[in-house]
Formats: sequence, structure tokens, C-alpha cells
Amino acid sequence: MTEAKTVTRPGEIVERALGLSRADGCVVIVRESTTANLRWAGNALTTNGLTRGRQVTVIATVDGTEGTAAGVVSRSGVTVDGLEDLVRAAERAARDAGPAEDANPLVGGTRFGAGFDDAPAHTSIEVFRAFAPALGEAFARARSGGRKLYGFAQHEMTSTYVGNSAGLRARHDQPTGTFELNAKSADMSRSAWAGVATRDFTDVDVAAAEAELEQRVGWAARQVDLPAGRYETLLPPSAVADLMIYLAWSAGARDAHEGRTVFGKPGGGTRVGEKLSTLPLTLLGDPAYPGLACAPFSTAVASGDASSVFDNGLPLEATSWIADGVLSALPANRFAANLTGLPVAPEVDNLVLKNTGADRSLADMVASTKRGLLLTCLWYIREVDPQTLLLTGLTRDGVYLVEDGEVVGAVNNYRFNESPVDLLGRVTEAGRTERTMPREWGDYFSRAAMPPLRVPDFNMSSVSQAS
Amino acid sequence: MPHPIDPAFTAYPLRRLADAALERARELGAAHADFRLERIRDAHLRLRDGRTEMSLDATDVGFAVRVVHEGAWGFAAGVDLTVDAAVRVAEEAVAVARVSRAVAAASGSDDRVELAPEPVHEDAVWVSAYDVNPFEVPEADRIGLLAQWSRDLLAADGVDHVDASLMAVQENKFYADTAGTTTTQQRVRLHPQLTAVAVNGGAFESMRTLAPPVGRGWEYLTGTGWDWKAELAEIPSLLAERVAAPSVEAGTYDLVIDPGNLWLTIHESIGHATELDRALGYEAAYAGTSFATFDKLGSLKYGSEIMHVTGDRTAEHGLATIGYDDEGVATQSWDLVKDGVLVGYQTDRNMARMQGFERSNGCAFADSPSHVPVQRMANVSLRPAAEDRSTADLIGGVERGLYIVGDKSWSIDMQRYNFQFTGQRAYRIENGRLAGQVKDFAYQATTTDFWGSMEALGGPSTYRFGGAFNCGKAQPGQVAAVGHGCPSAMFRGVRVLNTVQEAGR
Repeated sequence: MTEAKTVTRPGEIVERALGLSRADGCVVIVRESTTANLRWAGNALTTNGLTRGRQVTVIATVDGTEGTAAGVVSRSGVTVDGLEDLVRAAERAARDAGPAEDANPLVGGTRFGAGFDDAPAHTSIEVFRAFAPALGEAFARARSGGRKLYGFAQHEMTSTYVGNSAGLRARHDQPTGTFELNAKSADMSRSAWAGVATRDFTDVDVAAAEAELEQRVGWAARQVDLPAGRYETLLPPSAVADLMIYLAWSAGARDAHEGRTVFGKPGGGTRVGEKLSTLPLTLLGDPAYPGLACAPFSTAVASGDASSVFDNGLPLEATSWIADGVLSALPANRFAANLTGLPVAPEVDNLVLKNTGADRSLADMVASTKRGLLLTCLWYIREVDPQTLLLTGLTRDGVYLVEDGEVVGAVNNYRFNESPVDLLGRVTEAGRTERTMPREWGDYFSRAAMPPLRVPDFNMSSVSQAS
Repeated sequence: MPHPIDPAFTAYPLRRLADAALERARELGAAHADFRLERIRDAHLRLRDGRTEMSLDATDVGFAVRVVHEGAWGFAAGVDLTVDAAVRVAEEAVAVARVSRAVAAASGSDDRVELAPEPVHEDAVWVSAYDVNPFEVPEADRIGLLAQWSRDLLAADGVDHVDASLMAVQENKFYADTAGTTTTQQRVRLHPQLTAVAVNGGAFESMRTLAPPVGRGWEYLTGTGWDWKAELAEIPSLLAERVAAPSVEAGTYDLVIDPGNLWLTIHESIGHATELDRALGYEAAYAGTSFATFDKLGSLKYGSEIMHVTGDRTAEHGLATIGYDDEGVATQSWDLVKDGVLVGYQTDRNMARMQGFERSNGCAFADSPSHVPVQRMANVSLRPAAEDRSTADLIGGVERGLYIVGDKSWSIDMQRYNFQFTGQRAYRIENGRLAGQVKDFAYQATTTDFWGSMEALGGPSTYRFGGAFNCGKAQPGQVAAVGHGCPSAMFRGVRVLNTVQEAGR
């Protein structure tokens, strides 16, 4: 193979691939991404990097007597010379696949096409121009204070281009930044964590995060051992996000309709319309949500319970999954919507939980707590029982005992067993919604805004010795 | 007979790009530089009730340059397979190292990266053991086999839905470094799964095949290494028994655990706990650290005296098996726990040097050309008893207990103490005999208590080699395929939960 340069404009790749198509229908998705990251441990940077990548996906659709089939082939680093091979491979895959259940007409019309012919957006190590020196200063402060800092900062810019043979042209640039800081005492016995999601790192204050963690490591100077049991617990927004994200991922309309999830109604159908919470909680996705903006159209390189390769380019709108405590929608592609009788409701790449009218902060909720536990975050969350959506996982990096409105010390960690669906029915207070960084799922889903929650009887199943 | 390296991979300008990148890194003052060009082909097939839901064939091609420059790591990656791009990526890697050095200077650190020595391996070639490359099997045939198996299951009484999936991977890597090592490698792996679901009046239960993922080719689906016909034939009756089974009574039980479940407990509580980067704190902010800290090497009582665990990157068909790791280290096998005592770790070259080991044991791995190699897991396996004791023999030694088969839910804390696992099935053991399935079970324990309670091991005939495709670690997140072998084993006095009660019902 001889050297060959890749095409630099993704819009051109889309047009060329569509031009090569001999199938009945064709969708081309180009994702161009750059990432810059810094990682540190023990007050020193460790593995840092700068990467760039390009993935070209061709979805060929072939009509047959029994229905329409789809074939999906995806490759990175595609050259101009390699495009035809890619398109033909997708067409072969479509012929091999057999009729697709989720077949629908491709989404037509030119929408979201601004900048389609322009070069993709990029990030670089320069995004850390102010952040990196501040991090070095934080290392120095931590070292002199007898603490160790661990963590990771990443900025990613992904430009997505989607075109199809029905005339769709769509482009979206998505910046995603995350910063996680973990402070530990010199003997590693005390630990605190803070996480921030950002679009561009201009709003990340390393010194403030480090100061907050210094305070929390200080709280842990007094250690209190408490047994397993059910405790009044204040869940901070990060922990709430991790639970609600799992709930949203488990909410596919088709699985629910088939009686295979917690959202299936006994005897058939779904629980849409059922009251899940006595509080006026609303769980929504909205591509235009301030600070959490995400793609306004569907992109899918694979079909699943809630996504469909035929739905590429489908417009996304604000969707309430739960409205005023009532289950109001389940993620559904066009096929699932038709099957279940529910509205088409594509997944959105952000998630917001709101308690209408609530304005109390986590600090306010601590101040009004007689005796309870204040968590920092949850970790290693896994599904135990899909029927109840029982999840297990652990507390991490700080569980604090609150007495008479004050944090009085740090408590041992716990393993919990809880269902987020059941928990919504038991929550007694939800505070003010704020942007947060989900600790467990932040690698996949970082655009979240959640309130702190008060749960009167959170199930701490056993004590974890981990510190 | 090993297959040749795929000519489509060797046709890439491997050495030309490597030479250009390494030369540029040298010019810029790098003390060490390595170059990796990879092609990873990854096919995902998913069928729902016998019809194709998803078929995705993805190929990732790219290259990476990693440098040690002024004592700091630098890493960059790109996808344009040109000399100009290789040079530019080398320059970017050095630039990243300079940022690291500047931050270190601002913090007052004088730590410097050094690598444990490794012999030079010139022009080394390695190919994994398989008969039929799954990518040479027409997709229609792959779909056809899974569809037929799905239809067979759906035809059985009590089976309402069947999910089938197949993941196939072909991984090609070319590595070159400034010391003169060059390696070219190829491996293939497969993970097929079928799950039958019964829906009944608002309740539902599922039963999944136990066939593990393997470092084999398509022959695994046609009779080599697993009896699919036998397993699929018994799934409907196992599911029906599960639907009718009573809920487990929570309490303390003796457990006999089948290899199809125990591999995952080994993975979480031994495999991750003996990773040296975790023991030293390099995963502290993310995956976590380990209770098995370095100061306990040679003294930590990990489990009972019959416990012997090895790390191995050379085992045939292992998911973590490779000839040379992503730092050019020839792979090896070694002890991690011997006679119940912690005696070893999994290392890369930097951490081996840091802790005074003569050589890395070859556990550096990157899951894609755009990721930096990190210390990843070998095949970590529990050795069987010397005498050939059967699973039935182990069950015969239990008065009141559970026999647990197949993996399902898993979770462990960030220092690898507290864990909770469920399984595909659990059978009551009464007076040394199986007495039917129970449902809603989970077992919960602390690592050293659990392994300390291991009273008996099955023999070689019970040993099975399993593992996972998707072990997650590091930031940016990476996934690795990892293999684990073990026999059946018997544990005394383990806490068993009723998950319905845990849900507050």
C-alpha cells in the first residue's frame, strides 16, 4: 500500500461516499475528533496525550421483497482511495443482513447543514494554557500541606457530519471537557473528590476545587464507624446523576413494552402515565438546555432499543421523561414508537432533573438535617435485578455524618443496594438543580444537571473498608 | 500451524513511518521513543428474536508515538499514514512531554521517568492460535448460525424472547522503539452469547449461555472448545426451573462456585488488586488503589494455603495472551499468590524500574492506536488441585449451601475489599446433593475473608478458561480483553443476600 493522505474536509467525504453508493439508500456519518488530556497522581503529571481521529461510517440500505436491509461498516483513517471499498463493504453487509425490523424511510431534507462544507473544529494542548500552571501550583500547595492530588483533565472536540441519499445534510460540533480532582492525606486514609464538566476549561477553577477538597479532607480528621443499615441520606448532584443516567439507559420503550424492564406494566404495555414520585420532579433531555447544549439531531451507527440507523438526522427536541412526578415518555425510535403506540422520542445527550420551585442548595439541606449521611459520590454501579432496577455500588471519597445541621466527621464507606425508580418514590426533598459531573458514568455521559436529594432510608447494605 | 500476518496490515508503511517518527523524536532529544501502528477490526452482531438488530463492522487504524523527554512522558496519536504526519505526531508527543516537565517544575517535583531494561527483539513476529479467522466467514453465515440457534430456543415452551450477540475482533499491532525492537503481531478473539427470556404476568427471568469469550477463531462456534448444541438444548428447561424457583433465604451458606462464575470474582478481587499501578496509587482517582500495597509483598495473607494464582500472558487461547506487550517486552508467566501469600504483581517497564524489579513482566497494553499503553491485566488464573477432585465431590462436602453457576452482576470497592456478585443460576445444596434452583441471590464478602474461607479446590478436570472482552481502566478510559482460568472451588460461611429484600420489597 502506498501512502495516501486522508481528505481534510469531512463534508467532502460524505458527498464522495454518497456519490459512490449503488444501494437503494445510503447514510454517511463522519466523526472527526481531537482530544487533549492531562493525568496526574501523587502531585505529578503521569500519562498525558494529544490524539486525533476520524471515523467514517457508511450505512447502506437495500430494498427486498421481504423488506429493507441495512449494512453498517465503519473505518478510521479512511483515504479517498479507500472510500469505494468502504461503500461496497456496507452494501455487501446489507445484502447479507436480511430485512431490518426498524426499517423506515431515511430522514430527508437538508437540515442542520450550517458549516457542512467547512473544516471540523479542533482542540489542542493549548486548551490547558491557564489550567496547567494552576495545576502545578495546586501540586505545590498540596505537597506543602501533606496532601496528594490525583486526577484527570480532558478536552475533546468532536465534529459530526451526517448526510444521506434522501437529501439530509447535518453538522454539529460538540466540545466536552471534564476535570476530576482527588485529594488524599499522606497516608491515603482520607480522601475527597470534586468533579467539573466544562465546555472549554475557561470556567474551571483549580485552586477553588483544591481548597474545597482541603476542607473535606479536614472533615475526615474525625472518623466515625457506623454499621450497615438504612440511613437518612443526602445525595449530592453527582450521585443523583449517576442513578438517573442508569434509569434513563434502562428506559427503552420496546423492552418495556415487551415486559422486560422495570417500566413494563404487569399484564402488558408500559407504565407511561404512572406516578413515580410524590414530589413534582421532572426528568428531561433538551438539546438547547443552557450550558448543556448537545446535538439537535439523532446520530446512530447501530440500531438498538431506542436508536435506529434509519433515524439518522431525526430532529431532537426537549423531551420530559418524567413530568411532575409522572412517567411521561420512554426513549423510542420510530420503529419502537410504532410498535408500542408511544410517541417517537429519540435519546438526547443530556439529562436534567428538576424539582419545580425548589431553590435550596445542598448546604441548606445539610443545615436542616437532624442526623444523616452526606455522600460525595457513588462508584462501581451495576444492575443486580432488572425487574426492580435494583442497582448495587459503593460510596467513595467521603461519607460524612451530619448532626444538628453540621458535618461532624467522616463515616466509613458503604455498599448500597437501591433502585433509582423506587428511590424516586421515597425522596422527601429535592433541592436546586445545578450542573454536575457524574462520577461513575462521566466517561460516557457528562452533560447533566441535577438537584441534591434527601432519601429517608437509603439502603447501605454493608460496610466497605476502602478509604 | 500459525497463520501469517494479514498482508493487508503489512502493506501499511509500517517501518517508514516508524523510522520517521523515531528519528524526529531522537532529534528533539527524547531519551526513549516508541511507535505503534495498529489496525483493530471489530464486528458486533446482535439479533433480537432471530432477526438482525445490529451488525456493525468497524476498523480502527492509526498510530501513536510515545516519548520520554527530559524525564517526562509525552504521547500523541494520529490517523494520516504519511511520513509528514508521523513526524508531526512525534513533535506533538515531545511538546506534551514539555508541558509535563513545566508542570513538574512548577510543583517542585524532580521525579523522572525511567524504564526497566528489556532485551532487544528484532523483527519479532507472533500470531495467536486459531483455525478460522471469523472475518473470513461470510456475514450471512454468521447471522444465519445465530438466527438458527435463536429460532430453536424460541420454539421451546416458556421462551418468549431470545437475544443473541457475537463480537469478533482481529487485532494487528506493529511496534518499534529507539532501542531497536520491532514486533508485528496478530490475534483473534470471539465472544458469542445467547439469552432466553421468559415473561410471565409482570415478572420476567432470563437464562444466558455460559460459553466464555475465547482467543479462538470461528471453529469455536462449530464445536471446538465448547459444546453449543448441548448447552442450548438445556437452556429452556433451566429457564423454566428458574421461573418456578423459590426466592433464596438470606443468610450464611457454604458455596461451591463453578468456574463460569468464579472467574469474575478472581478478576475483580485478585486480578485488579495485584496491578502494580493501582498498588502504587496511579489509578487512585479513577479505578482506585489496592489493599494489596507494595509493602505487603511477600507477607500479605491473601487467602487459604491452597490458593495459588498465576499471571500469564502466554497461555494458548487466553484473551490477554500476546507475544510482546506494547513496550516491546516479551511476555511471561509468574506467580501472584502462592500458598495463600501475595508474592507478585503485574507490571509495566516504568513501574518495574521504580520498584526495583529487574524486568517488566509484560503487562503494558493500549486498546487502540489513540491510547497510551497502561499497565493492564494478564491472564490471572487460580490453579486447580493436583488430585482430580470433581465438582460433585465438592458439593458432596457441603451440608447446607449453594452451588453458583455463570456470571451476572458484579461490583467491588475501589480498594478491592467489599464485593457483591450474582450469577446465572444458584442451586440449593442439602446434605451434599443439589436440591433445585433458587432465585434472587447475591453473595457479598471481603476479599481476604472470602479467599481465606476457600476450603477445597476442584481438580484439572473442572478447570475452565474464561474471561471478558471489556475490562475497563485508565483515563481516558480503555477496555482490554482479559482471560481467567479456574477450577470449581468450595468456600465456607459466605453471606448470601436476597435481592428482593435488598430492594425493600
